[in-house]
Amino acid sequence: MQFSEKWLRSLVNPPLDSEALGHLLTMSGLEVEEAEPVAPPFTSVVVARIVEAEKHPNADKLRVCKVDAGGEPLQIVCGAPNAAAGLLVPCALVGAVLPGGFAIKAAKLRGVESFGMLCSARELGLSEDHGGLLELPADLKIGEDIRSALGLDDIRFTIKLTPNRADCLSLAGVAREVAALTGEPLALPVVEAVPPTLDARRPIVLDAPQACPRYCGRVIRGVDAKAPTPEWMKQRLQASGVRAISALVDVTNYVMLELGQPLHAFDNTQLSGAIHVRYPRAGEQVLLLNEQTVTPSADTLLIADEALALALAGIMGGEDSGITLDTSEVFLESAFFAPDAIAGRARGYGFSSDASHRFERGVDFDLARQAMERATRLILDICGGEAGPVEEAVSPQHLPARPAVRLRPARVRLVLGIAIGDDAIVALLERVHLAVRREGGDLLVTPPSFRFDIGIEEDLIEEVARLHGYDNIPAVAPQGALTMLGRSEDRRTAWDVRRLVAARDYQEVVNFSFVDEAWERDFCANADVIRLANPIASQMSVMRSSLIPGLAANVATNRNRQQDRVRVFEIGRCFERKADGEPVAGFHQPLRVAALAAGPALREQWGAPARNVDFYDIKGDLDALFAPAVLGFEPVSHPALHPGRAATVLFQGRRIGIVGELHPVWVQRYDLGPAPVVFEVELDAALESGLPAYREISRMPAVFRDLALVVGQEVGAARVLDVLREAAPAIVREIGLFDVYHGRGIEPEKKSLAFRVLMQDTQRTLEDAEVEQAVEALVRHAEATLGARLRA
Amino acid sequence: MDNLDQLVQQATADFAAAADSAQLEQAKARYLGKSGSLTERLKGLGKLDADARRAAGAEINRAKEAIEAGLEARREALREAALQAQLAAEALDVTLPGRGNLRGGLHPASRTLERIEALFRSIGFVVADGPEIETDWHNFTALNTPENHPARSMHDTFYLEGHDDVLLRTHTSPVQIRAMLAHVALHADLQTMPEIRIIAPGRVFRVDSDATHSPMFHQVEGLWVGENVSFADLKGVIADFLRKFFESDDLQVRFRPSFFPFTEPSAEIDVAFMSGALKGRWLEIAGCGMVHPNVLRFGGIDPERYTGFAFGMGPDRLTMLRYGVNDLRLFFDGDLRFLSQFR
Repeated sequence: MQFSEKWLRSLVNPPLDSEALGHLLTMSGLEVEEAEPVAPPFTSVVVARIVEAEKHPNADKLRVCKVDAGGEPLQIVCGAPNAAAGLLVPCALVGAVLPGGFAIKAAKLRGVESFGMLCSARELGLSEDHGGLLELPADLKIGEDIRSALGLDDIRFTIKLTPNRADCLSLAGVAREVAALTGEPLALPVVEAVPPTLDARRPIVLDAPQACPRYCGRVIRGVDAKAPTPEWMKQRLQASGVRAISALVDVTNYVMLELGQPLHAFDNTQLSGAIHVRYPRAGEQVLLLNEQTVTPSADTLLIADEALALALAGIMGGEDSGITLDTSEVFLESAFFAPDAIAGRARGYGFSSDASHRFERGVDFDLARQAMERATRLILDICGGEAGPVEEAVSPQHLPARPAVRLRPARVRLVLGIAIGDDAIVALLERVHLAVRREGGDLLVTPPSFRFDIGIEEDLIEEVARLHGYDNIPAVAPQGALTMLGRSEDRRTAWDVRRLVAARDYQEVVNFSFVDEAWERDFCANADVIRLANPIASQMSVMRSSLIPGLAANVATNRNRQQDRVRVFEIGRCFERKADGEPVAGFHQPLRVAALAAGPALREQWGAPARNVDFYDIKGDLDALFAPAVLGFEPVSHPALHPGRAATVLFQGRRIGIVGELHPVWVQRYDLGPAPVVFEVELDAALESGLPAYREISRMPAVFRDLALVVGQEVGAARVLDVLREAAPAIVREIGLFDVYHGRGIEPEKKSLAFRVLMQDTQRTLEDAEVEQAVEALVRHAEATLGARLRA
Repeated sequence: MDNLDQLVQQATADFAAAADSAQLEQAKARYLGKSGSLTERLKGLGKLDADARRAAGAEINRAKEAIEAGLEARREALREAALQAQLAAEALDVTLPGRGNLRGGLHPASRTLERIEALFRSIGFVVADGPEIETDWHNFTALNTPENHPARSMHDTFYLEGHDDVLLRTHTSPVQIRAMLAHVALHADLQTMPEIRIIAPGRVFRVDSDATHSPMFHQVEGLWVGENVSFADLKGVIADFLRKFFESDDLQVRFRPSFFPFTEPSAEIDVAFMSGALKGRWLEIAGCGMVHPNVLRFGGIDPERYTGFAFGMGPDRLTMLRYGVNDLRLFFDGDLRFLSQFR
């Protein structure tokens, strides 16, 4: 909400400068977002009349004007197309300084002397209008400083009102607040009833009294809709951010700003019969003032006459029944619509209006008649005409109730943590027009009709806190029993995981949880995507089921920025459909950790040969993350991955994710450079670190034997290891793979795997015979099970 | 026996002249070898009588010891020289960079979230978690924001196609509800419920996108519920946190009345730095308030017996202020030139 500071000060004028006033409002909950001067600084510009305007002797587009600026007549050369004798315009005198520091001096223009400058609105910083001189109202006083004549020494405040403070959506409301906070007297305009001079009535029927329990209407005839809006009203409107349009519209806007009551003016000649406030009939349509045709939903309240729906009640008027400059008969509406009947409706049609903004938050339900009288007076004064009587339809039992709210002063002290006395509480509440009655130790507090936010004790505690001042509530260190928080040693935290992965030279990223549907299709073969109903863009339209596409996109982004070595990881949620998902049925939302490496394995350096990362690099990083636990791997087919370079990751027998090289088709399609390698596993598994368990160290000497086995290319190393371990007698402590060879001396379809076998007993030194027996057993088993042979 | 002294001198000089161990061994042979000068003299002792032989023998032995000592000294000197030469030959350019990779790093927002967790943990807050696809009930209704409540227009919500009652959470506040319900269930047997002290960091979503708004961003929720938790406690905890977070004891913190459906009284929290580029400007940093009684009830807690405070802050904004980042979009763009600055 925007308002003019001058207007506010006409209602309450505390001894505070503009800045202090703004601070006062902000700290009471009416946050001042902006306080900007209505006009930029300039000096020595006065109201002047063009007495004569003659063509310039040496220039077609210039005119030489004789100007009355209150003193000696001035000769001023002017290029504006509208410079004409008789016009009142702003005149910058010699010595004036215009916005931007532009100083006005006496000058010669094409040989003719000029003593000043006639100004456009843009030259004074009042608007962007530079079509010609700013034409001033004829009733201004010649020679008067333009700043005072147009009320330009004013500040436009913009306050950001929270939804609970609808009572401050008017000058009267803000003024009431300022008066309460400062103790300054409040001088609201005195509104007197305008006696009817006409017997024109239009009956009103409240068909839905719970939604509209009060409706005032009045016919005004003989108005001149073309009458100019008085300068003072225009200035107040403009300084409050409202454009002046025409007298009738301006009056309704003015009264809404002043008192907070939205009004609507119908062209009375367009109405037939009684006014009904009702819900729509099937298929009914309304052409709105914003030229939008809507088919109102069943819960949208309408204003209708006996023939047609005219307007969306409390939201927007209709185009056909609205006033124009030719309107001579007005039917003025001033009503109370219940917040529940208005809330959310305008949003449903894709717009909002000043009226709906106010009604859905709550308009003073005792204000309608007063606002009607105020608007009538202004219309009659400005546009002339005669008013009929106010027709008021009211359903008292449907007006909002204002039951007293019980407030326990002890509760105030407990919740706020302050020592405030009962009397002080009462005094604060009474300052904001809350009626307080004592009952035992409690206070029974009745809110006024303009407060819609006081229904429970906490609402009153908030009022006390606000008026006491949040600044005056101490900040204390809470006291409590000191007990330590536990910390599991066998679980890593997600932070540990982040640091472990980062230690392997990966940079953490945070990618959006929603992705392009094409990625889900390509990388995840996801045919049952979880789609957003209202995505912000198509590349953010479905929930990701994997972190990998996002990491792949990071490669593309960075390659576009000349970063070819990309090592990134993310910990985040993925989303899949799952009927019995926890905690939200229908969805499985696991946290995963995924990493991607692309480009050179090492940072560019002199001391190691350059090569690109491969499968075994990232597998090593994954092993390191889980160490000392040992992961299992099995070949797998995965839509994102190269079919021959992809594995399922097994942890304690569970499938926890995948590791592999991105599929060459996607690498090419998404221009990802040398094939990136990735892993993605369940975060929960990575958090399990286990507790170290001590095992006695043997003092007996260990014996090592190397064993090279030739097996088929298709036999996985892990399988060979498993087979060897099956056959290993107790003295075999470890078997480790240390070489893989294919090439000369080995058949092309075979490979040689070399293992180092460590044998040891905890109690005695091993004898040669049992060592040889053990090796023999391993070889035999491998031969029998895998068709392996010992390499010669 | 000048002769012997000369011999010793001669030997010492010869040893010194030997440039390497081969030359030194040759020189040694000349004096101490089978036909070396000293050996010859020893052989000549037999011709002398016993007394003279004893005296001459002692003289020769002294000379021999002197020559051997000279030899050993020279050997040591040559060894040392050889070692020095080897070391000199092995010298590296120690200014060449080391081999291998450095470290990656955490996302700047992660750094902030980790700090926030650690600071709150130090006064007994534990971390709670909630889903990103959330029910309308947890996100709005249970937070005292019924259908058509004007506060719902404060959040532009992402909904899921085909689901009316499921959305992407617009804030971390629904974790309050989940945490309260779980806590109450866990302690149902107790006369007095232990205090709830949680923080809930996470991603939240709103239909909004420009330099200061991202459709996805981070939030941290905090909740403390107990028998005597007051607004003064809230102020104390938040001010303490912000000063510790920014490591600035003179940080100005102010609370100003505001409105959230799920707290009452509610406050916005502003901070102002006493130095730096933003000196003296009030910056909005978080929202907070005393938990609304309806919210406590939805969480299964008796609002007459227990009170509590809650806060929600934007760690992205805290991160931007801490590191001087001016464009939120950088956080979610994956640009390594930006992210690698936070190693």
